[in-house]
Amino acid sequence: MKILSKILGPFTPLVGVAILLLVWQIAFWVEVVDHVLLPSPASMFISVWQGMTGGQLLFDFFRTIERTALSILYAGIIGIPLGIIFGSSIGLYRSVEFVVDFFRSTPASAVFPLFLAISGPGDATKIQVATFGAALVILFNVAYGVMNARKTRLQAAKVMGAPRFRVLTDVMLFESLPQTFVGLRNGVSLALIIVIVAEMFIGSVDGLGHNVLDNQMLFEMPRMYAAIFVAGALGYSFNLLFLLIERRYVHWSGR
Amino acid sequence: MNASETEQMVEDETAPSSRAGAPSPLSAAGASGDAHITIRGLSKTFGDAVIYDNFDLDIPRGRFVSVFGPNGCGKSTLINLISGLIEPDAGTIRFDGKRLRDTNFGYVFQNYREALFPWMRSIDNIRYPLKFRNIPRAEQKERVERLVERLGVTIDLNKYPYQMSGGQQQLVSIMRSLVIEPEVLFLDEPFSALDYEMTLFMRDQLQALFMDTKTTMVFVSHDLEEAVYLADDVMLLSRGPAEVADYVNVGIPRPRSAATISEDEFVRVKAHCLEIFQKLVRGT
Ligand SMILES: Nc1ncnc2c1ncn2[C@@H]1O[C@H](COP(=O)(O)OP(=O)(O)O)[C@@H](O)[C@H]1O
Ligand SMILES: [Mg+2]
Repeated sequence: MKILSKILGPFTPLVGVAILLLVWQIAFWVEVVDHVLLPSPASMFISVWQGMTGGQLLFDFFRTIERTALSILYAGIIGIPLGIIFGSSIGLYRSVEFVVDFFRSTPASAVFPLFLAISGPGDATKIQVATFGAALVILFNVAYGVMNARKTRLQAAKVMGAPRFRVLTDVMLFESLPQTFVGLRNGVSLALIIVIVAEMFIGSVDGLGHNVLDNQMLFEMPRMYAAIFVAGALGYSFNLLFLLIERRYVHWSGR
Repeated sequence: MNASETEQMVEDETAPSSRAGAPSPLSAAGASGDAHITIRGLSKTFGDAVIYDNFDLDIPRGRFVSVFGPNGCGKSTLINLISGLIEPDAGTIRFDGKRLRDTNFGYVFQNYREALFPWMRSIDNIRYPLKFRNIPRAEQKERVERLVERLGVTIDLNKYPYQMSGGQQQLVSIMRSLVIEPEVLFLDEPFSALDYEMTLFMRDQLQALFMDTKTTMVFVSHDLEEAVYLADDVMLLSRGPAEVADYVNVGIPRPRSAATISEDEFVRVKAHCLEIFQKLVRGT
């Protein structure tokens, strides 16, 4: 295996991709399942191409991005300050820990009908549920990061004369950043899941979730696979994006 | 209370604690009259453990005081109490009669890695305490430059702490505590995380700094040789609750160097301290 990675260099991770596509292609050739249910990889990629060059898929893709991005933005605005506040007071944290942990553990899809009843089937509802789920994840991680801030660093700020509020903004905030990014990455994954599920509910007219479900009902399998593929690529890209931001702005993490 | 009364009180109350040790030619009965930090009736317990019980101490001005004693006897606790990191259960601590908040002091932690801010460049770490002292930006910059010059620092301060060696990081940490031009500097085992070569170098840096500034220094060390090498006075603390077991004057002229360590006087002081220390840990 060492030899393999030496020859392939940075392309080593593509080996798995090639194997997957090969297995898929073989499964298609020997017709493990009906061609209607499992089209060839090529037909999926053609659908991706067609859909993403001005087709419905591209539009749905952007709708899903928009909803997920808004959700994570709101979730950050809510979750980060609350996380810092809860995390910096053990008493406060202990008193809300159970509630936060309970709701965080509740599948967001289970509360979706509730939000539907309150806010109606519009766009806002989808964003609200995703924000709700992601904010809890972010809050939890930020609070954890703040609580585990290096004690010495807080003491150092104190002996240098930093007032309490400055200790919060100059030290706590930065100390919690690595864990905040863990929260943001988990949060965005969750927000994407919730948004896509929400887009499958009655009353939805666009988004990747709607696209997948629509094509499934129309039996347009290559298109359905294409939408699934794009959703996967989107989830992966969000994660990668946050990793890159983290590496750029939280350069000290783990050093 | 006027100044002379304060002085009187200091003289009276110091006497018992600083003369507590066995009479010895080396123990120069405590501080000279000029106390910089006066501690009276200090008490501190952690749970059931009584660390300090009605503890009195004078720390003399402009002297280098090494604090040495058994592990867990309360050396760190003492400087944490003096520097306000932990609250005493009882007692008063004054700096020239002033309270802590009116005093300019520096604190150097043992664990520089956890004391510096890794999200700031070293230069910004050093400048950080100036932010809370209403000093104009131009002067902040000037102060850091002066400090760099005075210490003859050649390392690139635009690096982040994690890009530096341990010794360089601790030097940055020391510079950060000096930039405010403190009246008192507390150091809690500042060199114990460094390798031996770096420790030797840093000792001499610190000695040079002390000779240059005459800042009152309270230096906790678990290395007796280092404690004696740097000190004007070695304060030996006993355990549970802590008492000053002996207060030993080190009269060896400065600058001291590697050769000092084999001089008779040094060997004698060190042997004396070691004897007291061994009595303390044996509990006799
Ligand atoms: N925050 C704390 N809570 C409980 N016990 C503590 C705390 N800080 C120190 N201690 C205890 O007090 C004693 C003295 O500690 P310390 O001053 O750190 O000793 P040292 O002389 O080795 O620096 C030790 O037994 C230590 O376990
Ligand atoms: Mg200690």
